[in-house]
Amino acid sequence: MNSAINPLLLVTFFPLVGVLLILLLGSTGKNTARWIALLTSLVTFALSLWLLMQFDSTKGGIQMEINLPWLTLGGNTVGFHLGVDGISILMVLLTALLTPIAILSTWKAVEERVSGFMSFFLLLETGMMGVFLSLDMVLFYIFWEFTLVPMYFLIGLWGSQRRVYAAVKFVLYTMAGSLLMLAGILWVGLTYGGFDLTKLTDSAIPFTAQLWLFGAFGLAFAIKVPMWPLHSWLPDAHTEAPTAGSVILAGVLLKMGAYGFLRFNLPLFPQATLTLAPWMAGLAVIGILYGAIVAFRQKDVKRLVAYSSISHLGFVVLGTFALTAQGVQGAILQMVNHGLSTGALFLIVGMLYERRHTRLMADFGGLWRVTPLLGSLTLVTVLSSVGLPGLNGFVGEFTILMGAFHSTILASPWFAVVATLGVILAAVYLLHMFQQVFLGPVRHPENEKLADLSPREVILLAPLLLLAFWIGLYPAPFFRLMSPAVEQLLALIQTVVQTAH
Amino acid sequence: MTLIDFNSILPVILLVVWALVMLLLDVWFGKRVPLLTPVMAVAGLVLSLAASLYQIGQQASAFNGMIRVDGFSIFLNNLFALSGIVAIGLGYDYLKRVGISEGEYYVLLLFSISGMMLMGSAGDLIIVFLSLELLSIPLYVLAGIDHKRDASREASLKYFLLGTMASAFVLFGIAFVYGAAGTTSLYGITEAVSQGKVQQFLLICGSALLLAGFGFKVAAVPFHSWTPDVYHGSPSSVTAFMSVGAKAAGFAALIRVFSLNFTAIAIELTPLFWVLSALTMIVGNVVAVAQTNLKRMLAYSSIAHAGYILMAFVGFGDAAVRQNSIASALFYLAAYALTSLGAWSVLVAVEQQDGSGNEISDLAGLGKTAPSLAAAMVVFMLSFTGIPLTLGFWGKFYLFRTAIEGGFTYLAVAGLLTSLVSVFYYLRVVVKMYFQPGEALAHKGRLTSLIATILAILVVGLAFVPGYLFNLAAAGLIAGA
Repeated sequence: MNSAINPLLLVTFFPLVGVLLILLLGSTGKNTARWIALLTSLVTFALSLWLLMQFDSTKGGIQMEINLPWLTLGGNTVGFHLGVDGISILMVLLTALLTPIAILSTWKAVEERVSGFMSFFLLLETGMMGVFLSLDMVLFYIFWEFTLVPMYFLIGLWGSQRRVYAAVKFVLYTMAGSLLMLAGILWVGLTYGGFDLTKLTDSAIPFTAQLWLFGAFGLAFAIKVPMWPLHSWLPDAHTEAPTAGSVILAGVLLKMGAYGFLRFNLPLFPQATLTLAPWMAGLAVIGILYGAIVAFRQKDVKRLVAYSSISHLGFVVLGTFALTAQGVQGAILQMVNHGLSTGALFLIVGMLYERRHTRLMADFGGLWRVTPLLGSLTLVTVLSSVGLPGLNGFVGEFTILMGAFHSTILASPWFAVVATLGVILAAVYLLHMFQQVFLGPVRHPENEKLADLSPREVILLAPLLLLAFWIGLYPAPFFRLMSPAVEQLLALIQTVVQTAH
Repeated sequence: MTLIDFNSILPVILLVVWALVMLLLDVWFGKRVPLLTPVMAVAGLVLSLAASLYQIGQQASAFNGMIRVDGFSIFLNNLFALSGIVAIGLGYDYLKRVGISEGEYYVLLLFSISGMMLMGSAGDLIIVFLSLELLSIPLYVLAGIDHKRDASREASLKYFLLGTMASAFVLFGIAFVYGAAGTTSLYGITEAVSQGKVQQFLLICGSALLLAGFGFKVAAVPFHSWTPDVYHGSPSSVTAFMSVGAKAAGFAALIRVFSLNFTAIAIELTPLFWVLSALTMIVGNVVAVAQTNLKRMLAYSSIAHAGYILMAFVGFGDAAVRQNSIASALFYLAAYALTSLGAWSVLVAVEQQDGSGNEISDLAGLGKTAPSLAAAMVVFMLSFTGIPLTLGFWGKFYLFRTAIEGGFTYLAVAGLLTSLVSVFYYLRVVVKMYFQPGEALAHKGRLTSLIATILAILVVGLAFVPGYLFNLAAAGLIAGA
């Protein structure tokens, strides 16, 4: 294997090759841009698999590190520092998998300014990869903020009616958090002599400062996740974004927040994490119930899925702040699960919308008879999202709940007990949705002649559902991949617990 | 005059002599060869730029300490010359289109730039005052050069009246400082202060008056009230230059005088700067939200950016952060110059003959009618906001970093929160251009589009390799500070 080419560089920046090609050849036709984008993202996916092959899952810590000095600024070096570990590799794989699927899903849905759409999408992929792989705080911030630009245009240009409102709200909410994070980054960098994340984990930041910094970083991540009560941008952004945008937004962009907690808040501010963990878990539990209850009240399928995201991401945060091996591993796995099942749900909503140009549940009904294939695949997706044993959602949520139940840091089983209600509620609102759309008699004559899934649409859903079964039946390889990194992270927290006693 | 003297003001002398020659040539040939004056003006600026590039690395004191050549003056000279070249390019298209065929435009521009350059290298308060007048008076005239329009005349008069008052403040301040230290030489004052031979009270009064005068030039709140009207009324190509040149010159004076002379009373001045900076950021950004006219919005945004630069300068009394504080101000000025000139060049392209077309709503649909111009405008708006991968991000990054280094974390947080406010109005421009249907008219003036494109490429391109500009700014030292 040629060690001169770092796979991380390729995975991160290969999408830009596609952007360049689209800019050069994009004017020749819509299909050219589509194919270039699809092939680029498929190659990126292949590269991410190659990355996985080179990744040594028995080792904790950072691998395939690349660290180049970028610039020096008033005595502080900003490094171009990339690296991958057991936590980020799953996020990279998820990103690389969902991007080609999202691009393929727009084949018929996006007809205007196709080359622009595809360029923004590939730019977004580079941004997301950068977020997951950066090990320098400034570099991380640059990628983090940069993802706003393409997403803003994706929502604003190709979204539905209230897209401008949603796009601006999305940017303002995210910036509100991230600007304070920038202040935090600068403060840490100046006080502890550098922005390099790997060197900062040893610095003992005083407790009060940790609390402030936990707040500055945590706000940015909590908005992105989003945690209740900072979630109000999400239903709008999801509902107005084009299908592919929603898939990526739910599948990857929200995970940037959850990932941020794991990458920054836990290792850098362990004492603050310990102190605030019950509060964060409490907010997470509120989010789980709130998202579920509000989802039940929705008439629009897409809004329902959006609120279900708030509920599901609540589990991720709960698992993270349970601070047990099970909790954190479950959280990471649930991040992947949510990407798969909610991604699939958004694809299905998009397919329904393309057929009927409405997303109101009242306009559907009885589709099972008309489109049996769509119906059955939707049922599998819904069950995976609900957390039926044998499918991926169950593994993630069960592990999280176990972790939270036994957590000595949360010190109360009630977090897990109340959160379990969320699992039940998820079954209620998702099956209710399924029943409204697919079961019963066909209520509207327009629905009699709907086409069933095309081969392209089956290809879109197939990989997601196959993975859902795989994780549901045999999750061990996924846990194996992340467990050294998680153990390392928790060992760090554990030392703080011991010194505190 | 010795050779060192001559060398030290070579960029300025070149410009002044060149401008005088141009004045004559314009009278003789201007009507027959309309291209002559603008081309000569660019040539003059290029010569002056070459002279100032030649000075890189030099340090000199000339005319008995009246003139200082150091990294600071050289950095600013380059900035002034380059923005002058851009302003001439913008003016050439614009003046023809709106029917102002005055050769004086270019000559006055050159005179004003020579004043700015002199300001950058001032070593004496008298030079500070002289260059303040030299740069301001041509600008008063330029603001009113479109004398057929009421707005332009009004802008000129307003700028003149308030500008003179600011000059009076500066002069009064100089008198106080002279009374306190017995000399007008910046280095002489420093020496007197270090020997404890000054009257503290007079020095504080003088510094406050100087601050008010310079605050007017940089458009800091509460000395900003002229800005929106003047920016709005003046011809756009003039405003483009004013928003960069006059502001940079104001900061040049402020930074040089304060970091040399008033560090001893920094404890008294820091709270003043703190409040001034916070007020400027808040008022500039919040009022900009309410603007519907693009020119006025950019005017308030330029006020807000003055607030950010002031933020870096709050900690000037702390010797440990002073270098960073000066360097970050210079870097931000450069980033701001590229962005602001770019945004105004887009405005020049969309403004109509009758002076209309500069409402934000007039931009609707520009993304379709003039894709490259609109894309450039997006870059400028993102850079103003401080989104990564634009030069504006590094500018803000460095400023906030310096503020936090100086211990002004709350001020930095205030700055960050006000830039959140700014997201709203900068994005509104993007929303108009791309998300709303319309038939925005853009002139096909090749030169203007070319300038906008080049500036956009620079704003993005330099963001990948900001190290070079950082080093230049870090070399922008003030000798003795």
